[in-house]
Amino acid sequence: MTDEKPLLTIEDLHASVEGNEILRGVDLVVRGGELHALMGPNGSGKSTLAKVIAGHPAYEVTGGSITYRGDDLLALEVDERARRGVFMAFQYPSDIPGVTIAQFLRQSVVARTGKEISVFDFYDDLQKAMELLEVDEKFAERFVNDGFSGGEKKRNEILQMAMMKPELAILDETDSGLDIDALKIVARGVNTLHAELEKMGALIITHYQRILNYITPDVVHVMVRGRIVESGDRTLAEKLEAEGYELFRGEEAAAGAAS
Amino acid sequence: MPHDQTVAALNLDEYKYGFKDPEKYVFKAEKGLSKRVVEQISAMKEEPDWMRKFRLKALEIYERKPVPTWGADLSGLNMDEIYFYVKPSEGEGRSWDEVPEDIKRTFDRLGIPEAERKSLAGVGAQYESEMVYHKIKDELADQGVIFDSIEDGLKNHPDLFRQYFATVIPPHDNKYAALNSAVWSGGSFIYVPPGVEVDIPLQAYFRVNSEKLGQFERTLIIADEGAKLHYIEGCTAPTYSTDSFHSGVIEIVVNRGANVRYTTIQNWSNNMYNLVTQRARVGEDARMAWLDGNLGSKVTMKYPSCFLMERGASGEIMSIAYAGAGQHQDAGGKMIHAAPYTTSEIVSKSISKGGGRSSYRGLVKVEKGAHHASSNVECDALLLDEKARTDTYPYIEIDENDASIGHEATVSKIGDEQLFYLMQRGLGEDEARTMVVRGFIEPISKNLPLEYAVELNRLVELEMEGSVG
Repeated sequence: MTDEKPLLTIEDLHASVEGNEILRGVDLVVRGGELHALMGPNGSGKSTLAKVIAGHPAYEVTGGSITYRGDDLLALEVDERARRGVFMAFQYPSDIPGVTIAQFLRQSVVARTGKEISVFDFYDDLQKAMELLEVDEKFAERFVNDGFSGGEKKRNEILQMAMMKPELAILDETDSGLDIDALKIVARGVNTLHAELEKMGALIITHYQRILNYITPDVVHVMVRGRIVESGDRTLAEKLEAEGYELFRGEEAAAGAAS
Repeated sequence: MPHDQTVAALNLDEYKYGFKDPEKYVFKAEKGLSKRVVEQISAMKEEPDWMRKFRLKALEIYERKPVPTWGADLSGLNMDEIYFYVKPSEGEGRSWDEVPEDIKRTFDRLGIPEAERKSLAGVGAQYESEMVYHKIKDELADQGVIFDSIEDGLKNHPDLFRQYFATVIPPHDNKYAALNSAVWSGGSFIYVPPGVEVDIPLQAYFRVNSEKLGQFERTLIIADEGAKLHYIEGCTAPTYSTDSFHSGVIEIVVNRGANVRYTTIQNWSNNMYNLVTQRARVGEDARMAWLDGNLGSKVTMKYPSCFLMERGASGEIMSIAYAGAGQHQDAGGKMIHAAPYTTSEIVSKSISKGGGRSSYRGLVKVEKGAHHASSNVECDALLLDEKARTDTYPYIEIDENDASIGHEATVSKIGDEQLFYLMQRGLGEDEARTMVVRGFIEPISKNLPLEYAVELNRLVELEMEGSVG
């Protein structure tokens, strides 16, 4: 399943928000078909990394590079990145009152594929995606995230992921605030898409090991103070679960001293 | 599903109705307002004496009343420069073939005859100061529905006309109601007999072609007991460097159990002063709904009102205003609860951009004796840039202690996070902004007839194009 040529290569990435440096030299390689988990304590820069990859305008890249399928990703606008297959499932998605999920998704899918899609084909796809996420048909007629519970928002994110068929999916704390049933549904959605979209690389950002009971990562990374301080296989996540981030206090201190 | 169409770049001027035709008329009154002009209008229309006197009295009232200074800036409106009456042709057509060729061409271009064939129960078309066309489907006429120009209403149904005319909006109501009462010309007279339901809309279309013209349409609608009616009004004008003036009076009588919906989409050119008084008197268990779209004009002051006069009457006002550069939309509504168990709802949405200014000005009044009244007001303003401005002036007067009154106002901007979210799904920045705006006006556009919803969306798209940076 794994491609030889990396999908995403991040080298010595530094980024700041409002003058505060959050990322202090991130290195990461994701190949097509790989599932990566990025773990770390609160404030370590995990979500910042996600937003920098997606192109959030509030974050300034001050050094390093991101190469996506051989191109300089940082040179592309947010929407261009999305159209080329970079998808981020938001931790706190915005609501868009008055716009239904179906309208929103149709426009997004057209943007992503660059082709018009017939109403029938679109609804076929949407129907399948909704079944996968176990939401009923009326869900598509609701306004985007307007009055949604936390769980509904997360399902909506994965629903969008299913429709957008990304090549690189970044899940920013998709597991946070989910009860166990919702977590299972979301995890199944991710697994199914991962199986369907063979070349899709994924970066699953999480604070807790819990979601990794349902999604098996190929690689687990630990981020502390803006750097990836350790990478390993899934046993690293289990070790973290048992011993906590205390384990990396040394690295944290070292990273602090370096800055 | 118009929302779903990815619309290719439209090669249109921002205001597509700005074209003008050569000025032609059979009579044009001298410039400015005077007793002579009022007498002339009345004489041209061969009116009964009571109407001539009514006009002259109204002129006196107009002259006595000061220009209101509590709302939009009217200092640029110079009455001495306005032509108060221009008669474009002889008589009014009952078929488009009877309408003079060049005027017919204008309405063709505006899509009116086509809309009539497709989706309307009747059409009235006013050009300058007179209606040039009025036609209602035969089956409605057979049921006793009257749809005439206001002049024909006065001529052909004098008693019915006089029974209701100026009873909902008397001349002394405000300065511009007085002005309209003095110089009114054109507009519709509609009567729907008891129990008759007009299921598809009647529409009137107002076109001002000449420069510096004042248009003063006067509409009187009577929905008798249990009747039902939807009336749509649309307005456009060419773009001139000098100002034009539109000051209508719309009176609606909604008798017991009747149901009237009045939809206005004014898309006047940006040199138009638009000062309109619209009011409905709503009877027992009757229902009045105003849907008011103010998209064009330089200055609009318009506050559709419902006087809920009998038990169980209900009123609804939904308004959408768009204020671009150089525009001030001072709009809102009035709900007067004068009887028990009356209910009202106002939903007002405004969008301002590029120095445009929109104001919500509303009054909810619950009079003594109007127990168990309930009212809900929601006004939301969306500012598209730093130069745009919005103000809210809600007035609430309650003289009954069991009234249930809700009021909610929000001002929002398109958030950076919203934009980031939409763009992360592949939408360009313009497309993302347009989507937020469309969503914002959805509560209004879903209540519009389809072609108007499409038109509104198209307009939003045009306005949003190139709005970035």
